[in-house]
Amino acid sequence: MDLQTLTSMNWGIMAPEFTVLGTALLLSLLDLFMPREKSRRILGILSAAGIVLALAFLFLQFSHEPASLFHDMYRLDSFSKAFKLILLLGTGLILVLAYDYKMDREEEYRGEFYYLLLTALLGGLIMASSADMITLFIGLELLSLSSYVMAGMRKRDKESNEASFKYVVTGGISTAITLFGMSYIFGLTGETNLYSIGNALRDMSILQNQFLIAFAFIITFAGLTFKIASAPFHMWAPDVYQGSPLPVTAFLSVVSKTAGFALILRFFLLVFNSAPGIKGDPLLFQVQPYLAFLAGATMIAGNLVALRQRNVKRLFAYSSIAQAGYILVPFVSVSAMLFETTWFYLLAYLFMNIGAFAVIQEVTAHSKTHDISGFAGLYRRSPWLAVAMTIFILSLAGIPATAGFIGKFGIFMNALGASQGHYVLAGILVGTTVISYFYYFNIIAQMFFRPEHQEGRLQHKKGLLLVTAVCAAATVILGILPGTALHFFYEQFQLTDFFQTMEQK
Amino acid sequence: MNHMLSLLIFSPLVGIIALSFLSWKNERAIKLAGLFGTVLPLILVLIAAAGFHSSASGLQMTEQANWISYTLEGINGSMELKINYELGITGLSLVLLILTAVVAVLAALASWNMRNASKSYFIFFLILELGMLGVFASQNLFLFFIFFEITLIPMFFLIGRWGYADREKAAFSFLIYNGIGSAILLIVFVALFMKTGTMNYGELAKTLASPAGASAGSTFRLSVLVSLLIAFGIKLPIFPLHTWMLRVHVQAPPPIVMLHSGILLKIGAYGLFTFGMGFFPEEFKSLGVLIAILGVINLLYGAFLAIVQTDLKKVLAYSSVSHMGIVLIGLAAMNEAGVKGAIFQLVSHGLISALLFFLIGVLYERSGSSDIQDFGGLAAAMPVTAGVLLAGGLASLGLPGMSGFISEFLAFVGLFQTMPIIAAVGAVGIILTAVYILRAVLAVTFGPKKEAHSAFKDLTVLEKVPAFVLLALVLLIGVYPEILSKSLTTVLDTILLGLRG
Repeated sequence: MDLQTLTSMNWGIMAPEFTVLGTALLLSLLDLFMPREKSRRILGILSAAGIVLALAFLFLQFSHEPASLFHDMYRLDSFSKAFKLILLLGTGLILVLAYDYKMDREEEYRGEFYYLLLTALLGGLIMASSADMITLFIGLELLSLSSYVMAGMRKRDKESNEASFKYVVTGGISTAITLFGMSYIFGLTGETNLYSIGNALRDMSILQNQFLIAFAFIITFAGLTFKIASAPFHMWAPDVYQGSPLPVTAFLSVVSKTAGFALILRFFLLVFNSAPGIKGDPLLFQVQPYLAFLAGATMIAGNLVALRQRNVKRLFAYSSIAQAGYILVPFVSVSAMLFETTWFYLLAYLFMNIGAFAVIQEVTAHSKTHDISGFAGLYRRSPWLAVAMTIFILSLAGIPATAGFIGKFGIFMNALGASQGHYVLAGILVGTTVISYFYYFNIIAQMFFRPEHQEGRLQHKKGLLLVTAVCAAATVILGILPGTALHFFYEQFQLTDFFQTMEQK
Repeated sequence: MNHMLSLLIFSPLVGIIALSFLSWKNERAIKLAGLFGTVLPLILVLIAAAGFHSSASGLQMTEQANWISYTLEGINGSMELKINYELGITGLSLVLLILTAVVAVLAALASWNMRNASKSYFIFFLILELGMLGVFASQNLFLFFIFFEITLIPMFFLIGRWGYADREKAAFSFLIYNGIGSAILLIVFVALFMKTGTMNYGELAKTLASPAGASAGSTFRLSVLVSLLIAFGIKLPIFPLHTWMLRVHVQAPPPIVMLHSGILLKIGAYGLFTFGMGFFPEEFKSLGVLIAILGVINLLYGAFLAIVQTDLKKVLAYSSVSHMGIVLIGLAAMNEAGVKGAIFQLVSHGLISALLFFLIGVLYERSGSSDIQDFGGLAAAMPVTAGVLLAGGLASLGLPGMSGFISEFLAFVGLFQTMPIIAAVGAVGIILTAVYILRAVLAVTFGPKKEAHSAFKDLTVLEKVPAFVLLALVLLIGVYPEILSKSLTTVLDTILLGLRG
């Protein structure tokens, strides 16, 4: 490949990624040369500008023809656009949380916070747009490594250190397992491109290795569950969520998880879409019982353990584990509505979860405790904040007139609409949802039924208030008029190009 | 196309918006706004009733709008799964809508004396009314479910914030039991949607009756019906699933219990009637004996336990369980008399229990107790209250000339035609009803006069309105049942046609 082919390529399609990368580089340089005692908050505004620019590029790309670079190593298709939209929106909102986050003694590291957030986002963007094992893995690692550092952002805080350490160790193990699984896939096919692998697995000669293929599937999947915090690799979440600074917790539970789902959908559907299973049936159908078991176990574990939590961040860690179990259901049942329902749920999840974290940040900053009793009497101290939190919680619990309900409804349609309905899985889903009422409504009970511990009204931070308002409005609008988002999805994203390879001319 | 029903359902929003602009200090204005918020739906429902043709069959005042659609990309082209916004009423829904609006106004009046009834109380109250109106006007499972769940949240708040000592526990037990019911409903609805591709009541009934619907498999149909029976059985409530409802009746503030016992319990029966009987007449028939037995168990169990209760609220709570048994008995008979009796019982019990709970609220407000032993000789101190209480009690035990008699009579006539033995066992319940009602009412009104009571004021003018309106309606239906059955004829004809196959 000479210089001419390199310059003749359509680099413009990577504009959002380049913007994020450029902003991150610029910020790190600025941080380096800025006087030590100068406030780093200006960097936060710059990074927000970078994300807005990247979003603008993404919107311009909506009408762009599907295109790719380096033999599908980087793809601009509907799938990547749809997921990048969620990733950018989520990170944008979380930046506002980070801007208003009190760093106390670690104030001097505020700059790092912003550009690590951007590099993590860059990793996520690549995970959403790549169709090659190598670049997918690089994106995954970029996201993970940035997150490890962010979890330990509060260097003088024991819990934050613990979080970072546990995250690195469990992350390392799961990465090893993922790579182990990928090495089998590469060994069987000799390809790293997902489309080529998919084709190679269609070959009849591969049939003698059907056990190895199934093995590779299970191992890779198990490794990747780390990113979405579902069983079997979910146990890191509570400790890491609890110890990390709050915006990082929000990032891990929303953006990082979305990127994980993008990777899982892209990887497994492309690689294994026509892979033979053991004796006859396609592999994707044969593994369904195992995946269903994992999804069910995730929902049960997340929701049951959440019942006993008093620490809000831990509680939301388990809630986020449970939500990962719900979002896995469409993937497990591989029905025709897989993409739109998963996308819609992730979008709804973005707003309700980030909104909830914004309220938590506001409340815990004031009450100086992460215990759930910090919410007591919130309705008296700040009625609108309590109402917003109620909307988020109702949505997380899947109550109608909120986005969460429509999302869950979509998941149900997947589970019950598949050729042989997954009634047991749907049963576990609703059963655990009812269990989740206990801990979700307990927060509501605290806010509305209990007397306040502290006097006086809450002083609000403007940024947090903005995030809360945006998320609450979006949660309600998506709940009452879900047609808007679905229509947008069908208009903008023709997912038929998902399975089409685009050879470089 | 008219938007009468949408206007009606969302009319409580006017009150909610008005309330949210009021200062929380202005108590009088808040109560007035809350009351006004419930009067508006009443006016609208009466206008709707005036425009309703009781002789015409089928749905009336239908509304339809596109709402959500999922595109399914299949091998043979794409197909759309549509969920529309569909409203419409039958005679039955109209009757229940009127009941809802009337009881809501009276419950708002009953809230007048609540000292801690604040802005948020009335906001939740109106959201609850919105949900109840929506449930009865929906013509679409999705919409039904949304409104059904919308009633859940304000109830949780109303019980948990404004209830009595053990309110939080009652709120959670309400939430979890009904959450389980809704969860089952959701699975059933989505399963039906995925099998038939529609959520509209009419289309569903048609599809399920057609050969294509029959091919869904008899196990599928039966399990759907059993799931519906459990889901609505929690709401109704049917015997082993009733414990939450006792707690709610005891802990919730009296105006809310008026709504709960008067309307919310009826949603269970409405659902069983519309979905169970309407969609699966064959399977419903095969479960007839089971439902009749469940009904008799409810009737006797509620009555026996009501006899030994010392708390008036509990007596009435168990009496509700018992009276809902009559609804089941009527439905299980599956003939004209039985089903008619069941529907009459819905309305009649809605009015009577609202009346009785209102009176308990009045007594509690004055004495701070609802224990039977704390009362006695009330007829001397509060003659009007005692009189209305006695009349309400008599209506509840089914005295001829009052609404309770018509419904019990019809339900049992129906059941004696089809299952005489079960009906004979159930008839014992009627005697028991007389026992527990008279025991409670007589102990309160007659007997030795208590000193503390002489200071009690009788019903104020404001309190007389709910008491007399409800009593008048009970008497009206009792004396002139035609007023109800007129609008029910076509509904009954349709459903009985389905039952005959």
